[in-house]
Amino acid sequence: MEQIPILQVGEFLLVSIQVDLHDRLVLRLQDDLTAQVVKKQAKGVLIDLSTVEIVDSFIGRMLGNMAALSQMLGAHAVVVGIRPAVAITIVELGLSLNNVHTALNVDKGIALLQTLVKQSSAEVRDEAYPL
Amino acid sequence: MKPTHFEILPLQSDEDLVQVRQKLRARMVELGFTLVEQTKMVTAASELGRNALLYGGGGTARLESVEDSNRLGLRMTIEDQGAGIADIEQAMTDGYTSGSGLGLGLGGSKRLVKDFELWSEPGLGTRVTIALWK
Repeated sequence: MEQIPILQVGEFLLVSIQVDLHDRLVLRLQDDLTAQVVKKQAKGVLIDLSTVEIVDSFIGRMLGNMAALSQMLGAHAVVVGIRPAVAITIVELGLSLNNVHTALNVDKGIALLQTLVKQSSAEVRDEAYPL
Repeated sequence: MKPTHFEILPLQSDEDLVQVRQKLRARMVELGFTLVEQTKMVTAASELGRNALLYGGGGTARLESVEDSNRLGLRMTIEDQGAGIADIEQAMTDGYTSGSGLGLGLGGSKRLVKDFELWSEPGLGTRVTIALWK
């Protein structure tokens, strides 16, 4: 059965979507990703859309879900590589990816994940040892 | 306005929807539509095709090149024989959904392609035609 590979890069998971997404495939990715976040105890998830030609309302909703699920399981999520034409379409369609962190490319996405992980571990330290 | 070329594609599964998007994209590339135009039209077709699958029990997508006196266009008609839409105005409203979606499909598609026509009759089905002109 078709499947989108999820790669481990240090404490992060990288999902690079290289195929034309149909709905069942996105649902399967959501399940696989959630399972992998737990299994690998990932601190961050990077979803690369640089070869994705359209994001419609279903795919957009699933991106939001995957970010929310990752967050619940202790991993930050960043979506990277949205093409300009796709970005224009997302906005006109009326989709809001408000709850989703985005970055220009994989490099900047990893940098953002590292910052987010640092911030949240600092917050944990502050709570454990209040001044 | 006369159609110069057309094909009818099935819409019965997720895979069919991907096919419809790919065929539409290929025709738009052939006709020289810009990347943004391609993306908007394909996204609109994806929304409407999914509606036909989810709410109409599947249907067909008719893809045709059209031309009038001075311009070339591409038209897609997505049709199903499902339950139809009782309240079209409500269905066009952003955020309204009869299912579990976001309710952006119809209103969003209309924003993406200016040329948008919706026909629906409860019990008979729904037909949406979208077109983009060069």
